[in-house]
Amino acid sequence: MHEVGALSSTAFLVSSALKVVVAFTLVLVTVAYLTLLERKVCAWMQDRLGPNRVGPKGLFQPLADGLKNILKEETLPAEVSKLFFFLAPMLSIIPALVTFAVIPVAAPLPTPWGLVDMIVADAPIGILLILALSSLGVYGIVMAGWASNNKYAFLGGMRASAQMVSYEVSLGLSLIPVFMLVGNVTLTQVVWTQQEALGLWFALPLGLSFLFFVISAFAETNRLPFDLPESEAELAAGFHTEYSAMKFSMFFITEYAHVLTTSALMATLFLGGWDIPFTNWDDMRVVAPGVVEGAAPSVLKTLATFAAFAVKTFFFVFLYIWVRWTVPRFRYDQVMHLGWKVMLPIALGYVTLMAVSILVLDAIGLEFGFVYGLILTAVNAVATVIFLWVIDRDRVISGAAARRAPRRAPTRPALVLEGEPAFGVPATEPAFVPARSE
Amino acid sequence: MAIGVKTVRRPEGTTSYLRATLKGMALTFRHLVNPNKVTQEYPDEKPELSPRWRGTHRMEVHADGRPKCVACGLCPTICPSNCIRLVPGEDDQGNRYPVVYEIDEFRCIFCGMCQEVCPVEAIHVGQDYENAEYTRERFVYDLDRLMAQDHPVTVLWDPSDPLSQ
Repeated sequence: MHEVGALSSTAFLVSSALKVVVAFTLVLVTVAYLTLLERKVCAWMQDRLGPNRVGPKGLFQPLADGLKNILKEETLPAEVSKLFFFLAPMLSIIPALVTFAVIPVAAPLPTPWGLVDMIVADAPIGILLILALSSLGVYGIVMAGWASNNKYAFLGGMRASAQMVSYEVSLGLSLIPVFMLVGNVTLTQVVWTQQEALGLWFALPLGLSFLFFVISAFAETNRLPFDLPESEAELAAGFHTEYSAMKFSMFFITEYAHVLTTSALMATLFLGGWDIPFTNWDDMRVVAPGVVEGAAPSVLKTLATFAAFAVKTFFFVFLYIWVRWTVPRFRYDQVMHLGWKVMLPIALGYVTLMAVSILVLDAIGLEFGFVYGLILTAVNAVATVIFLWVIDRDRVISGAAARRAPRRAPTRPALVLEGEPAFGVPATEPAFVPARSE
Repeated sequence: MAIGVKTVRRPEGTTSYLRATLKGMALTFRHLVNPNKVTQEYPDEKPELSPRWRGTHRMEVHADGRPKCVACGLCPTICPSNCIRLVPGEDDQGNRYPVVYEIDEFRCIFCGMCQEVCPVEAIHVGQDYENAEYTRERFVYDLDRLMAQDHPVTVLWDPSDPLSQ
């Protein structure tokens, strides 16, 4: 136990206000630079150079984009429902920015006025607040689609609502095992359990949960391969087809803020948050105002843990971008199928499995710690392998038609010359025959 | 299937979504770290033009600054897009020269037939593409402007040497 001293109520107010300003600015600036990162990574993956004309190496590109969006003309299409048309961008941007408030970004910082938590609001309902706010985000999108008086926008809004409602379920279910291990829903407690109580990042003992959370988070943020609300190819720009200038920019910021928040959340929930691996040097938690359990807090530790947090977050941000420029978009029925018929039942079964494992481990009197975590890791490894094996068996991408069609031999033989394999088809494998079902 | 959806039946080895995704991600990552980018940074780095590239025109001049054109009228006759305006004149020695020689680069299709048909090798299409202007009028090049152009001229295809050896 280290007594650092609690903040006076004035110091608490000042520090909270400062934290809000710093966090808000940091998130917005990071979001602006995420757009540049996305364009750069995309370009590099396509063997291009990406934006490099504005400032050194194109570093001022986000500023130029922002300026352009502010100076552009705001168009208001005829027949839009004005109130909702204006409300929609606001409603989608606010939840996206507020969510960051409950994520701890570093170890607590000792100051001459007392100990400052590196979290804007250490709400006791932590993760529940995030779930609640992220489901509010869909209203902005649906409203934008509805108010635009545009068929494409409307379809985009409809898709967004259906998709986000579906994946909200598996997102919530994938978090239940985390709560079961932590016994709490505050994110600071989640971090402490990973760095000290269990000594293992949840990505290992809750591997399948991690996988589910990543998939659902991709769907929740409307990023490829789940960007059906936008689907440029079919729906112009989806729900924000009719938006221009800064209102469009707000939807854009929303998307990247969601990417940043969910990346930070994945890092916090499954990669130990601001924990630096393989050392107890930084393991601490605030047990009462100004009282720290574990290692002694210091400014250096705060900075180092913030760096660790940033690295983990950017790993996931990069994953988002990487996947976006690799994987094509799902068809809509595949998205719904994956959400309701694969993720939901398997996530439910997984929650049961973890509950049983934890019950059994508690019943045999195993102490909550490293060995406990390793056993859960083994259980998860088996579950993950089985899950991947099942979804990889031609069940997810083939779509409804193929699944409903009876399994039978191809009705028409492929065009094969006598004694020669068909063109482009290996001799041992059956030829590709498009079979018309029914 | 009432609407006759075509079902493609594929062996499981080729439908593994996971394997395909990981393979794709490995591929994109390889390209990400690949230092050989294909971008040509245009204003800093000009593309290499073929010697047969046909761009905006250029009029050859004699050593004393007169245009080589003898106003024979072949180029406006052969021009398929009718973009050359020629008003011939004759000086006191009986030499023909162009009084007005204008090419509308907007109408021009850069076929190069004016260069091919010219008996005195006066009008040429050239290896030039940076020809943006602020007004449409500026795209009608008059004789002085055509004579002032200094870009290299196009090497036409020679039927007796089809591979340009």
